[in-house]
Amino acid sequence: MSLLSQNLAAGSFVVTAEVAPPKGIDLAPVLAVAEKLQGVTAVNVTDNQGANMRLCSLVLAGELRRRGIEPVLQLTCRDRNRVALQSDLLGAAALGIENLLLLSGDHSKFGDHPDARPVFDLDAVQLLEVAAGLNRGVDMAGKPLTGVPSFFPGAAVNPAAEPFELVLQKVRKKVDSGARFFQTQAVFSRSELERLATAVAPLGVPVLAGVLLVRSAKMARFLNANIPGMRVPDDVIARFDSAADPMLEGMAMARETVGWARELCQGVHLMTLGHEEKIPEIL
Amino acid sequence: MIISEAKPLAELEEALAPFGKLFLVGCAACATACKAGGEEEVFRFQEWLATQGKEATGSVVIDEACHIQRAARDLRHHAEAVKAADALVVLACGSGVQSISSNTDKRVVGALNSLFLGNVRRFGHYEEMCSLCGDCILNETAGICPLTNCAKGLLNGPCGGMRDGHCEVDAELDCAWKLIYERLQRQQRPGVFARRVPPKQWSRRRKPGRHKIR
Repeated sequence: MSLLSQNLAAGSFVVTAEVAPPKGIDLAPVLAVAEKLQGVTAVNVTDNQGANMRLCSLVLAGELRRRGIEPVLQLTCRDRNRVALQSDLLGAAALGIENLLLLSGDHSKFGDHPDARPVFDLDAVQLLEVAAGLNRGVDMAGKPLTGVPSFFPGAAVNPAAEPFELVLQKVRKKVDSGARFFQTQAVFSRSELERLATAVAPLGVPVLAGVLLVRSAKMARFLNANIPGMRVPDDVIARFDSAADPMLEGMAMARETVGWARELCQGVHLMTLGHEEKIPEIL
Repeated sequence: MIISEAKPLAELEEALAPFGKLFLVGCAACATACKAGGEEEVFRFQEWLATQGKEATGSVVIDEACHIQRAARDLRHHAEAVKAADALVVLACGSGVQSISSNTDKRVVGALNSLFLGNVRRFGHYEEMCSLCGDCILNETAGICPLTNCAKGLLNGPCGGMRDGHCEVDAELDCAWKLIYERLQRQQRPGVFARRVPPKQWSRRRKPGRHKIR
């Protein structure tokens, strides 16, 4: 059983962080960052995030595992068909990786290979079912596995997306398909987090609120323009515009969001984008 | 119908560089309807060839260029002009080009790019609504195909990139899942939301497609 699943089951406030594989083959810098993380139960490893080609998440997650750092392997449906997804999942299990964050994936259009053919052979709901099937010892073809994985699959949800009732339909499908936890996209509004937490509570699946460390108004505007599903609200941008020290303002905002999460849900997922040393201060 | 558009002139200039005499083929079906390969476009192409110092030995607009036998017949009717040409230029979709290329050993130059199976919104505005997947779920999705209208072809609801009901890939477009959801609500039925849709059976779409009426 992964530490993440144990800590969530125990009801303690869980913190996850996030690292990205390099564009290249030198893992030393990202491993150094991961090894310095404090107060974190598990570390997400992003999968060609934003559709930008990088070293595969599976290898970095395996290296973290080898160093005693618990990974959450992110796997998207964008770049792999059902054969490759299952194959990577078995590989992950063989490396001792249990926590999964199963995603559709940002569209290839946003990345550095916009001419790539987006795959989407499965969607996130179907991929969650696949992971549940593998946990039962069978693949999508119904063939038995030698050695059975014990995945702890999670899913993503965007608390700011509208119409929310439609988002909830998918959340329910994800839970029905075996999602055991949710990590949300960045939260910037208490009421949106409350709305999500209230809706998900009856489903009995813990929610980790996404906390993004925004460092400036410029960064917020860039995120809004370039990152799918990201919306830093105007009032938040205004706070940065009028702040004497935008970094301090970002830290204050992140702490505030963690506060909402402590009140409303089961944990936080911190996206500090290269400022992982700030995590203890944010918490 | 099959939506097609003219290739860029620079590409055509290069493709036609080796040839002086050309026989032109258009299509009276889709390529005519989307103004890419009808009588008018074939005539204009002929005029353009003249500006390039090239000669058209003749032309034909086939009723449906995708009909292999009909294409063969029409080429036979123009046997002399075809024979006199160094190459054939086809202003039709990729299917039409291949009807022609399967009926002659002469070089065949396709003059169009084929885009998608399209609906006509109004003249000159075409929208892809069906991907010919061979495994249709429209009856559950209130007549809106998520495989085609969702940029990711998701089958179980919107992605996390949906923003105020719009698509992450093109903010001008409504999220297909929002449209499905709203129409199902108006029809007062759960439709596709009542079940988890299993993965597509892509084996039904194995290439090349073959179908025989039994």
